[in-house]
Amino acid sequence: MSFLSYLISGISLGSIYAIIALGYTMVYGIARMLNFAHGDIIMVGGFAVFTMVSTLGMAPMVGILTAVIVCTALGVTIEFVAYRPLRGASSLAVLITAIGVSYLLQNLALLIFGSNARQFTSVVTVPGLKLAGGRLAISGETIVTVAVCLVIMVSLTAFINKTRIGQAMLAVSEDRGAATLMGINVNKTIAITFAIGSALAAIAGALLCSTYPSLTPYTGSMPGIKAFVAAVFGGIGSIPGALLGGIILGVVENLSKAYISSQLSDAIVFSMLIVILFVRPTGILGKKINEKV
Amino acid sequence: MAMLEAKNLGISFGGLKAVDNFNMTIEKGELYGLIGPNGAGKTTVFNLLTGVYKPDFGTIHLDGKNITGKKTIEINQDGIARTFQNIRLFKELSVLDNVKAGLHNHHVYSTIEGILRLPKYYKVEREMNERAMELLQVFDLDREYDYKASNLPYGKQRKLEIARALATEPKMLLLDEPAAGMNPNETAELMETIRFVREKFDMTILLIEHDMKLVSGICEKLTVLNFGQVLTQGETSAVLNDKRVITAYLGE
Amino acid sequence: MKAKKNKQLIQNGITYAMVIGFWAVIQLLTAGGHISSLMKGLLVPLCIYAILAVSLNLTVGILGELSLGHAGFMCVGAFTGAFLTRCMETAIPSVGLRFFLALVAGAAVAGVFGILIGIPVLRLKGDYLAIVTLAFGEIIKNLINVMFIGKDSRGFHFSIKDSLSLGLEEGGVVLVKGAQGITGTPRAATFTIGILLLLLTLVIVLNLINSRTGRAIMAIRDNRIAAESIGINITKYKLMAFSVSAALAGMAGVLYAHSLATLAATSANFGYNKSIMILVFVVLGGLGNIRGSVIAAIVLTALPELLRGLNDYRMLIYAVVLIVMMLFNSSPKAIELRAVVMDKIRHRQSESAAKEA
Repeated sequence: MSFLSYLISGISLGSIYAIIALGYTMVYGIARMLNFAHGDIIMVGGFAVFTMVSTLGMAPMVGILTAVIVCTALGVTIEFVAYRPLRGASSLAVLITAIGVSYLLQNLALLIFGSNARQFTSVVTVPGLKLAGGRLAISGETIVTVAVCLVIMVSLTAFINKTRIGQAMLAVSEDRGAATLMGINVNKTIAITFAIGSALAAIAGALLCSTYPSLTPYTGSMPGIKAFVAAVFGGIGSIPGALLGGIILGVVENLSKAYISSQLSDAIVFSMLIVILFVRPTGILGKKINEKV
Repeated sequence: MAMLEAKNLGISFGGLKAVDNFNMTIEKGELYGLIGPNGAGKTTVFNLLTGVYKPDFGTIHLDGKNITGKKTIEINQDGIARTFQNIRLFKELSVLDNVKAGLHNHHVYSTIEGILRLPKYYKVEREMNERAMELLQVFDLDREYDYKASNLPYGKQRKLEIARALATEPKMLLLDEPAAGMNPNETAELMETIRFVREKFDMTILLIEHDMKLVSGICEKLTVLNFGQVLTQGETSAVLNDKRVITAYLGE
Repeated sequence: MKAKKNKQLIQNGITYAMVIGFWAVIQLLTAGGHISSLMKGLLVPLCIYAILAVSLNLTVGILGELSLGHAGFMCVGAFTGAFLTRCMETAIPSVGLRFFLALVAGAAVAGVFGILIGIPVLRLKGDYLAIVTLAFGEIIKNLINVMFIGKDSRGFHFSIKDSLSLGLEEGGVVLVKGAQGITGTPRAATFTIGILLLLLTLVIVLNLINSRTGRAIMAIRDNRIAAESIGINITKYKLMAFSVSAALAGMAGVLYAHSLATLAATSANFGYNKSIMILVFVVLGGLGNIRGSVIAAIVLTALPELLRGLNDYRMLIYAVVLIVMMLFNSSPKAIELRAVVMDKIRHRQSESAAKEA
């Protein structure tokens, strides 16, 4: 029974990773950049919810909505100010800038909210379940997280396959030059990608802090990095890959915490990254990208 | 024995046959042209010959040696050097260092000898400088030796790329659109340089080119590629008067 | 031809002279008693950060790959060195000799780790390298935090649980105590040793850059495909740059370990924020600019400590400067703009030159 409960909380954690990983994977697929600051947008989302709900006493839904708006605006602004001018520059320059943005967000949050951990009140109001005569408890957070993750996956896939904007995203990720020639506004498409990724990060932030209710300026950085590992694991650029990678990562992390060593769980997760890159650099569901000579 | 012999080469990308049943024989010392409309697969042939892509079918022999499926660096060491359609210089390095990088495998000292500045470092570096300057003189680049490569004017960048390729002491030189972006004067000068390189280095040269004046002016033989397949090949004048070639270029 | 060689010699000479001059000034100030205890405490860290920045510049600026695991290599070196110094306490009584051996061993082990990490990763594109090196740093930190090593007459004992499960005999010593790390390392690191090691680092890195190997490394950075086409072995030279960089970071780690009474693998010491801080030094000093790295490391380490009031804003300022620097140096528009401005200046200069003539 305890194995099952570790497994379920692993899937819940994995669902959060999957939602974050979507942001990485979409931005990487379309803008060909690793948005290092993505994890910190989660933290901003967390603080937005915290401020609205705990400080101002608003309803949880209002808090989440505010967080989504704040993060979307933030994501688009970052893209416009810091990343767009670097289009066409080396990936090294873009990555260093992204690290700068990540650093900036953390330190701004540090100045505004201080370094003490804030107690986050869960935004989930769904009651938990007790199964197998009370021996297996599934929390409301877990149920909501997994459900939200599935809804996001399904609607995002539909969005990309069924709408014009989604098709434009696919086109840009396939071949930016050709997409431009077809009359697709690449800048706009990339901005929309950042908007969607950041909105998802806000939701991930609310869910993450509801499950692990302690909020600091660094809250987003580790889950962010792990979600990137999940995206690479599943195959960068692939939406089902993000889901698969996220769930695997969450489960492995939780099981190794339970059965091997809580201090080594991160090391195990990161070792998996190194192994997968060695064995299959494109991830489980990824495609090979050829360089033009 | 032929310098280069490609037999039945073929490669597909995602089901599309980019090059199919490609045969070409180049004799030692020949100046050979590979022409064809845009998208015919000319650069793909270069990439097959230099190991950037591995062929799905066929064989490549260089000077009698089978080089099919070898890696780029091995093929370079076996004797093929190339230039690129979109110039690929070492932008941040000096003109001199670009050529010295080409000398990498022919003037050798170890990393330790370099760090400790042992006598061999000074000796080999001196040799390298002399050799590199000789090559730069051939291309009239010696006065710009300490310029950053990216600061050279366009025509000179193309020449520097050829000098760098020659520094690897190849048996054969592959030039991918050497005259692209040049004005008629520069092109005329380039033709002279290519001829001169052939004489001076006793070089076999294969070039891709769109400029028909250059092609008819210096190439002895041609292969015409269309939709990934050889349309015709042979003596330059015969090929250029072939109706099918004219149709392929101008359309129906 | 000659002129160029001399230019390079002069440039390197200035860098060495700057470091030696810095040392001399500090010596004079110390002798005159003009150095605050705060500044004294900073002298060894200054050298450590300068070495770290110079060595990271080899990977980022010269090889053109982003490593976020530099603190990890430093950590490997630090623990190897401290462990060795503690182990050989009875065998080699001389602290100086032990310190020297520790430096060699720390650099060697970190270098080997560099190769081990580099082999799978350097085949990949840049962004992956960044994330894997980051992962590596975290793995190392985690592993050391659960590691217990003890020694008694029967030899070494190893555990990942606690010191009790080592099962040591009476009189055995616990050398590595998990999260508490290694204690009792002699504090042998001095400013002079730090400066000597910085000079050694500079000699290695500058001579490497200005050699056949360095040319190959920079050729790969500038255009990998072209480098391959002229017969340069990409993997070999990437690995070489990466492992030399790691080894030097390891050496800096040994120096660090010998400047502390207790060495623990905390996030503050070896977390990835540390790696990013070193990266900030490298970027602000200029990618590929070795002297810049030294200056940036020294100024950015000393300034905030001396101007305490700035401390709250220090990271924020770093972040802003980092972004602005990258935008200014690498954005295609900014590059174009600068080219136009430079052209105008050159034009004006040649005009005035013409007038004078």
